Amino acid sequence: MSEKNALEVRDLNVSYKVPGGKLRALRQIDLIVPRGEIVGLVGESGCGKTTLMQTILGLQSSAAVIESGQIMLGDTDLLTLGPKQMRGVLGDRMSAVFQDPMKSLNPVLTIGRQMTDIQFRSKASQREKRARAVEMLEKVRIPDPESRLDRYPFEFSGGMRQRVAIAMALMAEPDVLVADEPTTALDATLELTTIDLLRELQKEIGCAIIFITHHLGVVAELCQSVNIMYAGEMVESGPTRAVFDAPQHPYTELLFACDPAQIAERTRHLPTIGGELPSLINLPPGCVFEGRCPKAFAPCADIHPRIVTSGGSDMVRCHLRDPEVTK
Amino acid sequence: MALYFLKRLLLSVLVVILVVIALFLLTYAIPGDPARVALGPRANPELIAEFRARMGLDQSLATQLYNFFVSLLQGDLGRDAISGEPVLNTVLSQFPDTLYLVLGSVLVALVPGVILGILSARYRGGIIDRISSVLSVSVMSVPAFVIAIYLLLVFSIQLGWFPAIGAGTGFWDRLHRLVLPSLALGLAWIGYIARILRASILEEMNEGHVRTARAFGLSENRIMYDYVLRIAVLPMITVLGIGIGQMLSSAVFAEVVFGRPGIGKLVYDAIISRNYPIVTGTVLVTTIFFVVVNLGADLLVAWLNPKVRHDLSR
Repeated sequence: MSEKNALEVRDLNVSYKVPGGKLRALRQIDLIVPRGEIVGLVGESGCGKTTLMQTILGLQSSAAVIESGQIMLGDTDLLTLGPKQMRGVLGDRMSAVFQDPMKSLNPVLTIGRQMTDIQFRSKASQREKRARAVEMLEKVRIPDPESRLDRYPFEFSGGMRQRVAIAMALMAEPDVLVADEPTTALDATLELTTIDLLRELQKEIGCAIIFITHHLGVVAELCQSVNIMYAGEMVESGPTRAVFDAPQHPYTELLFACDPAQIAERTRHLPTIGGELPSLINLPPGCVFEGRCPKAFAPCADIHPRIVTSGGSDMVRCHLRDPEVTK
Repeated sequence: MALYFLKRLLLSVLVVILVVIALFLLTYAIPGDPARVALGPRANPELIAEFRARMGLDQSLATQLYNFFVSLLQGDLGRDAISGEPVLNTVLSQFPDTLYLVLGSVLVALVPGVILGILSARYRGGIIDRISSVLSVSVMSVPAFVIAIYLLLVFSIQLGWFPAIGAGTGFWDRLHRLVLPSLALGLAWIGYIARILRASILEEMNEGHVRTARAFGLSENRIMYDYVLRIAVLPMITVLGIGIGQMLSSAVFAEVVFGRPGIGKLVYDAIISRNYPIVTGTVLVTTIFFVVVNLGADLLVAWLNPKVRHDLSR
């Protein structure tokens, strides 16, 4: 893989064993995370964001079956690693921040204990590990970090806990940070300060971030590129600016139209995308978005669209943008 | 925490008072005249009347109950109807033997129970998990005295590994003789403890903090012993507190079957000879012990929770 990418997901297919057969949660997923860049991953609930995040971290549920694909971290394909080798990668070259700061820290261990535990690879003394933890807490602007180390998570507010989680994730200076909706559970002001903090630390450490969210404003603010997922497929990817200016996929367009921040006129009802996600057990033969797409036309119901480059986007999976189909 | 402690203490006292009343009413309702039993079949009516007056048996139910409470508060549990010894002395002299038995049973239940619980959570659906699930149900449904008799038959009579009766003298002898009765009382609880621990480990394993720990590459051993077990043992401690009460009541059978001294044996003999002061005294001491153990278990659970400890120190 090219030197400039920190992480590359190639043609990843993941399904779940379910009583009715096979739920095909991720299909032909490609994701490129360039070194030192923040990459947004956007999609509604159930689109496969979480499965993708879990698979990248090797923390997928036991019901998940990885059918094919590669997840390249540098020159290592993470999918070929055993559990022990994967543990060697996690918390070292790759780490994560999760959504719910109330639940993501152990309730009966002090912050200091948890922050020193995760430095288990280091041969430093306990005192040095504590000093390192204090240094990280200072970086995430936790006041009086020395005494906070001996506190339990319940003694911190939600915003502070999330900053502790960020401090823990960046302590090892990883190549890639997976941030799974790290600001969704926080209120708007906290969200902004947390994002500023994340961006600042990212610049300092130089790691790449996969930022999973359904908040488009955050993506516009933070990410250099954006990837839009729908029903287990990547439907559009490209530089944030280009995709926001001229979305190529009808789903991306609708997603922007539904973002409350984008609505200029007063309305009684917020716009929604009608219809439901298709069944991932019995997939439709054509485009997965066909049932909800206002621009659907002849080939959409029967033929699965291929990936094309269109407008400013690096990839889009839509017949409308495929010159072979529209000519 | 202070408030919690106070509430919990008041509740315990209330339980003891209720037990005292129930106990009193029960012995009152048992058919058979204790005076006749104490004095034998050939006692004449004057003697019986005199004995009844001396023991307060001729007074009204309410007065007897009142007197009972007053003397209890003075630490007087009455006198042995047969030997005339103070009941408290008799009961307390027998208590240590039962305590050793209960401790032995707790060990028998706890050590394999915890190991099985951890293994069956770790290898969920595996062979250990399935065996422990079947065993726990089957062993739990067999009464302790049946287990006791089979243990005696196999290990004392057939194999001759353990002495059949008595508590023994000297540390090793006593320990040797403690094995079978402890097994009889503790076996039924192994499966129960294993299942409870397994369930709470599996529940805790789904929590977000475990995912975080995994995302940092912590080993599964470390996650289990440092991160999960600390929380997962709490329900087990509560159950064990109740289990000790159950073991105390099973101790009656075990002590009779194994011919051991102890309060079980004491109460059994007392019931047969209608020695009511001993019966009420024993049950009362046992109840207080049980209430204290449960109180201890609840406070331990509260104390192991840093949030509760934190509120206390404020």
